[in-house]
Amino acid sequence: MSQHNETPKSAFLALADGTIYRGQAFGGTGVGVGEVCFNTSMTGYQEILTDPSYAGQVVAMTYTQIGNVGVNPEDEESNRPFLQAFIAREVFHDPSNWRAQESLDAYLMRHGIPGISGFDTRALVRRIRDGGAQVGVACTDSDAMTPEQGVEFARESPGLDGRDLVAEVTCQESYRWEEGIWKGIDGQVPRPSRPGPTFRLVAYDFGIKRNILRRLVEQGFDVTVVPATTSAEEVLALEPDAIFLSNGPGDPAAVQGVRQNVRTLADRKPVFGICLGHQILALALGGTTRKLKFGHHGGNQPGQDTVTKKVAICAENHGYAVDAESLRGAGEPVEVTHINLNDETVEGLAHVERPLFSVQYHPEASPGPHDAAYFFDRFREMVARHKAGESVTGAQVARGM
Amino acid sequence: MPKRTDIETILLIGSGPIVIGQACEFDYSGTQACKALTEEGYRVVLVNSNPATIMTDPETADRTYVEPMTVESVEKIIEIESPDVILPTLGGQTALNLAVSLAEAGILDKYGVDLIGASLEAIHKAEDRNQFREAMSRIGLAMPRSGYARSLEDARRILKDTGIPAIIRPSFTLGGTGGSIAYRDADFDELVEWALQQSPTNTCLIEQSVLGWKEYELEVMRDTSDNVVIICSIENFDPMGVHTGDSITVAPAQTLTDREYQEMRDAAVAIIREIGVDTGGSNIQFGVDPDTGALVVIEMNPRVSRSSALASKATGFPIAKIAAKLAVGYTLDEIRNDITRETPASFEPSIDYVVTKIPRFTFEKFPGVDNTLTTQMKSVGEAMAIGRTFKESFHKAIRSLEIGHAGLESPESKEVQGDDLWAEIETPRPGRIWAVAEVMRRGHGVDEVHQRSKIDPWFLRNLEELVRLEDALSASSPNDRGAWLRTAKQAGFSDRRLATLWGMSEGEVRELRKNEDVLPVYKRVDTCAAEFQAHTPYLYSTYEEECESEPSDRRKVMILGGGPNRIGQGIEFDYCCVHASFALRETGFETVMVNCNPETVSTDYDTSDRLYFEPLTLEDVLAIVEKEQPIGLIVQFGGQTPLSLAMELERAGAPILGTPPDAIDRAEDRKRFDELLGKLQLRRPPGGVSRSIEEAEEVADRIGYPVLVRPSYVLGGRAMEIVHDAESLAEYMHYAVRASQDHPVLIDRFLADAIEVDVDAISDGKTVVIGGIMEHIEQAGVHSGDSACSLPPYSLSRMVIEEILEATRKLARELGVRGLMNVQYAVKDSQVYVIEVNPRASRTVPFVSKAIGVPLAKLAALVMVGTSLEELGFTEECWPGHFSVKEAVFPFVKFPGADTLLSPEMKSTGEVMGIDSNFGRAYAKAQIEAGNSLPTRGTVLVSVRLEDRAPICEKIRELARHGFRVIATPGTAESLAALGIEVEPVSKVGKGERDVVERIEGGEVDLVINTVRAEPESVRDSAAIRRSALLKNLPYFTTVAGALSAIGAIRALQLESIGVRALQDVHDRMSN
Repeated sequence: MSQHNETPKSAFLALADGTIYRGQAFGGTGVGVGEVCFNTSMTGYQEILTDPSYAGQVVAMTYTQIGNVGVNPEDEESNRPFLQAFIAREVFHDPSNWRAQESLDAYLMRHGIPGISGFDTRALVRRIRDGGAQVGVACTDSDAMTPEQGVEFARESPGLDGRDLVAEVTCQESYRWEEGIWKGIDGQVPRPSRPGPTFRLVAYDFGIKRNILRRLVEQGFDVTVVPATTSAEEVLALEPDAIFLSNGPGDPAAVQGVRQNVRTLADRKPVFGICLGHQILALALGGTTRKLKFGHHGGNQPGQDTVTKKVAICAENHGYAVDAESLRGAGEPVEVTHINLNDETVEGLAHVERPLFSVQYHPEASPGPHDAAYFFDRFREMVARHKAGESVTGAQVARGM
Repeated sequence: MPKRTDIETILLIGSGPIVIGQACEFDYSGTQACKALTEEGYRVVLVNSNPATIMTDPETADRTYVEPMTVESVEKIIEIESPDVILPTLGGQTALNLAVSLAEAGILDKYGVDLIGASLEAIHKAEDRNQFREAMSRIGLAMPRSGYARSLEDARRILKDTGIPAIIRPSFTLGGTGGSIAYRDADFDELVEWALQQSPTNTCLIEQSVLGWKEYELEVMRDTSDNVVIICSIENFDPMGVHTGDSITVAPAQTLTDREYQEMRDAAVAIIREIGVDTGGSNIQFGVDPDTGALVVIEMNPRVSRSSALASKATGFPIAKIAAKLAVGYTLDEIRNDITRETPASFEPSIDYVVTKIPRFTFEKFPGVDNTLTTQMKSVGEAMAIGRTFKESFHKAIRSLEIGHAGLESPESKEVQGDDLWAEIETPRPGRIWAVAEVMRRGHGVDEVHQRSKIDPWFLRNLEELVRLEDALSASSPNDRGAWLRTAKQAGFSDRRLATLWGMSEGEVRELRKNEDVLPVYKRVDTCAAEFQAHTPYLYSTYEEECESEPSDRRKVMILGGGPNRIGQGIEFDYCCVHASFALRETGFETVMVNCNPETVSTDYDTSDRLYFEPLTLEDVLAIVEKEQPIGLIVQFGGQTPLSLAMELERAGAPILGTPPDAIDRAEDRKRFDELLGKLQLRRPPGGVSRSIEEAEEVADRIGYPVLVRPSYVLGGRAMEIVHDAESLAEYMHYAVRASQDHPVLIDRFLADAIEVDVDAISDGKTVVIGGIMEHIEQAGVHSGDSACSLPPYSLSRMVIEEILEATRKLARELGVRGLMNVQYAVKDSQVYVIEVNPRASRTVPFVSKAIGVPLAKLAALVMVGTSLEELGFTEECWPGHFSVKEAVFPFVKFPGADTLLSPEMKSTGEVMGIDSNFGRAYAKAQIEAGNSLPTRGTVLVSVRLEDRAPICEKIRELARHGFRVIATPGTAESLAALGIEVEPVSKVGKGERDVVERIEGGEVDLVINTVRAEPESVRDSAAIRRSALLKNLPYFTTVAGALSAIGAIRALQLESIGVRALQDVHDRMSN
């Protein structure tokens, strides 16, 4: 509709189950292949686009009016989009927001990411919900293939299972991160000042979102980001006070060359993991993960703290979950500290004997509500107490002890 | 935490009569709350003076008091029922204010009753602007610069800080009553004085203008564990400066980045915690600077509001029901989401569509009133529409409004000057969106319109796309139209609009669509953007691929609702539709509701088996009929809206239940109606039909002046007038023929000083039972909806009543009524005249049902599906032993400049009901409920026309004898003195020292009786008396009958103070 006067190009999304959705192209011209997931956030498409966790996926927004606020340099979660293709019911090319610098269309074109709009995206969402995650081929280049060929291609293409996507998104070299959180707007709730003293932190980049780094800086951490396969020795050589395990894309079980390092570090340093980092910590401790039917992707999920019973509305983005029983089976004394109230999947773990804890969802939000930001406070508290010589555990912090 | 077990009885306060700013959304919320609390096993006691509500049905609560909502009366209820707690957050501002008054009067302490939902402290913190400002400052949030004035001097001092323009907001008023914007220094003083007068605490806020900023609302809920969720974000199409109730609003917010939205969300969470609203819903409004994103807090309602109703309907999340459960101690995670069944209520709804609400105005009923939209709410209703895109939902909302627009038509007169259009755009008025479309059609761009209107460019771009698409559609060749259809329908274009653009009939467009297979599909409102399966069939149409309606093959009945509230068609009709649905569900039918009014109980997802939130137009209704294949449609309950579709629906093959549409035509068509009455040998005032000024004069000359003129097929007395001479008649015809082009004007002899009588009856085609005979208090000439009335009649003779009964039975039988029928009679010199017959549910059905303890609408619905009245056990009239008085409630206070005189044009927005064994006390109760607190002593001001003096002076003597001081304008004073009544003359307006208005304003007067000759000059001269009485909140009476009843009521009050009685007891006594 928006491009009514421009004669939009046709495009299609072909699913492995044979379903074909025909719509209009926007963004880059080409073919994107990946597991199709849907995100229920009504705001924050730019953050979603640039979240490296979406590598290997085709992302459909359930909300229908996308592009309204354009794209701006401040809201990026990484230096480029990592997803395979982007889908929305209706896309707007004339952004209206004081910070907008570019239209969504131009941004995706610049990065060569194909976009499809103008079809029944709710039908797509319902298909994924009922049939489970599956591979889709998004094509905005009519010369590349026919929709029928797209279906074939989707059937032959691998899904997320068993693929190490972290290798594709992690940084090549380590770097320091110093930027704090967004300064915000006049009239917002005042922010607390940064606590002191500063602690040294090494953050593993499995596909890290910038807002995690910004939040860590805000907690008074001196942050060094390292590539995913950096060895425990190299990390320890940096003399960190604590280790952070980041979010990232795909199947946690397929990530190569990290488990042993994490295991080693977990025995010696306080560790906090988010999302994939949470799953990797669980795997390192001997647990297992499983694939969810269509995952949790959205900013409206109820995450309950099993200790306080309080519910945070949180941003979630995961297709896999930790199997809590497997950890107990492995003899690790961990507690489930958080669950998703919709389906009671494990969303948070804390170690009963060591300063380790992790969360499946996204306390850094971006996009999403800030309700769960307290995880960063807990992390700082745990690190401070550990550094002060106290034998603090993840579970104690979770219990407010 | 599980629910509280330390409480047994909960007193729920309703919101009283429908007024501007407080409409049927509080019936929706109160009904949900009653249901939720009784389900939990609590004993619910309800007080609400508004009989036209589902919540006051005797089945909804355990004990129902249709009684005055005053401290005195509620204290009596507390004494009888001993509630443990009061829940005041579900009955609007009325309930909140009443709770505060009860607390301040020490009643809560005296009886040991607590408030739940919101504490007194929280209410004060949110409602008192000064305290609210301090609270915001404590948590570091910004508000527009302002100060709090108790006097004009204060206000002038504050103005130095805020500058002009300045916003003026009185404290503790609903719908922003008394609020305004001072654009010029010269207007400031007057506006401040008005605001101070309006505020019950004589205080107002003078505030920096953030006009043109973007306006947002968040609906927030909190539970006892301090979990907070945002149910819905709303962005106003109209920027700051227009009351949100008068703004076009859109959900969800459209032009915020996630970062900005989350800052707003954080602020909302901080606010609800700081204010300390313990549980339940609150509504928080924000302003955002479009250039810097700066955020200011505008205000907070610590209660369920109109926006909560909208948010509930927009998301499927039942805010009122959940708020009630939270109030008794549950936490959000303990409550299931009804729609998904498997997930808890502690989440934030995500929606995958756009919701647009457009307010409906009725300025045409108040000539001379300024229709500029400001911070004081002026709309009387609203329509909501759901579409997958903004364009689709916006277009659907326009046609849902039923104001003659099928889309973004050009203004009627093509010659409208550009300047007029820009004036309409720069100063917000109801027609703004059509003016925007028109300037865009004339080549002006988004930037220019944005500069001049401050409407966000995103909305304007959408409008521009619609205008461009219209151009393309108009230019398309007939052969291409089929190919354009899907694009047009996806953008929400109605068949009717396409028909105009393409020079076709609506039916032809429909045929073309069917041939091209361009048909709507239905999507579900599921709170979760399809993440989970929805178990509730709450549906809206769109033009996409997949349909989720999944109709059943059960025997089903479709009920057409009443659309947006307007004067003359409001909650009473929704009440009837809901009753139809309840009755049919109870007897095993599946019910399908169609309506587009978000304020209503009918659009609650659990009222009917299936809910279609759709416009009530032929196109939209037919599409649902085709999808659902009901055994029949009920069109006679939703007022004029569905009724006007009946003929066309029937022609299109839809099965209409009950009274055949032809009977409606027989009653409406003048010629056929005359034949009908002739056949039945019933009397009617002489009259005729005219389609031109010449014809009209001919008829009037034949029957003689004064004549009553009205267009046919209208509700609420739209454009109905009493005309005294040929000149006025010509003037009227010019104006009225425009008001209703398709239908002629009816002219009748006006029966001056006749008594009007309203009758509601039910018939199954064989048996006719009269539900109730209501004798109007005000004489003929006052619209029946505006007149007070008494059931049973208080002055009619047995013979007259018998004649009315017989005439009603004859009419019902002859018309073949199956369902409800309403007849209006006039009685003059013991002669009964038939004025009007309406073979449909009337505005008085809920009142009558409550008065006689029989649910007429339920019975009628069952009759319509073939059950006989005998089977239903209702074959004989009930003659209650008590009096029920209905009184109308008016919006004059919202319309500076409007006269309060009553006329054949209906002006009231709501009604109240007084019940007592004694007519005087029942009338007194109704007056108190309507805001006319009758004094039992003090000073009465009398100023009446010559012909009214004889009856009035006699009664004034009674008042004088029982302690009242009498003052009167010179002529009246003379007449009173001549009868030996002690009276002090006061000079007329502007005719001397301390004139009558000064007396009123000086607080010297407690009761005003003012009648006036129907001549423009007399009306003008005395308007100031009525206006000042209104401003001083004095009880005033402008008709002889009203005044006489009031004096009778005052005498009754002097003899015995009023008591309260639960409706259940009233009804029990009748059946025993």
